[in-house]
Amino acid sequence: MADALFISVAILTIGSAIVALETRELVYGAIALAISMMGIAGFFLLLDSPFVAMFQITVYVGAVAVLVIFTVMLVRTQALFSIKEDYRRKAAGIVLLLVFIGGIGAVVLASGLGNPAFTQFNKPPIDIATIGKQMVTYYAPVLVLLGLTLAASVIGALALARREDIEQKNERVN
Amino acid sequence: MNELIDFVTVAVVLFAIGIYGLVVKRNAIRMIFSIEIIANAANLNLIAFSRNLHNPQGQMFALFSIAIAAAEVAVGLGIIIIAYRLYKEIDVEEFRSMKG
Repeated sequence: MADALFISVAILTIGSAIVALETRELVYGAIALAISMMGIAGFFLLLDSPFVAMFQITVYVGAVAVLVIFTVMLVRTQALFSIKEDYRRKAAGIVLLLVFIGGIGAVVLASGLGNPAFTQFNKPPIDIATIGKQMVTYYAPVLVLLGLTLAASVIGALALARREDIEQKNERVN
Repeated sequence: MNELIDFVTVAVVLFAIGIYGLVVKRNAIRMIFSIEIIANAANLNLIAFSRNLHNPQGQMFALFSIAIAAAEVAVGLGIIIIAYRLYKEIDVEEFRSMKG
């Protein structure tokens, strides 16, 4: 059975995920998404993996949330308010949500995951030294590839967001 | 004490919320929110099973997954900004033409 800390983190995470999707103003939604990501980092801490938790906070709360908030601010204020949703579509979405929870939940329960011999954390946690060693030995090519992917995506995003009209004007001035 | 099934339950609920957002919302930024929530549910599963099986591969995979998600968000928001410049709108139903 889960303890009180787990339940409070779960409520924070799931509640702010719902707020992120349902609030009318997109800026509040971005902040709620950041809180939800903090909740996920809290789960990582509860699972004795502090390195992944810190990485999650650095990347999601530090980079992604700030990026989303800046995009929301760049997009015109009037567009922040989403158009009125179709109620039938919303009802269908809620039915789909319940079907997904029920279906995957049934699969998880039928798989024997709730079996007390398996579901408890009997083994010792993984220490950071193991992760560091794995990252620079076995996973070193993946790490290099990941760096290249990140660089390519950053260059791609810069090239996408470039404004050609402003550049041409500057060239004329020069 | 916490058990594996609790974490898997939370991940399933988060995944379902993300699917709901992808299906219902027509705002491009909100669809990116949904994708992030789904990716985080997957990461939570990876870490939970890694802890349970005492296998560092799950944590490694989650680290790489988080980094890739950051790259994906950067490109996705760049696409949204350029689409906003073209259509003056971030409703995906308005994005009808692939013309540049």
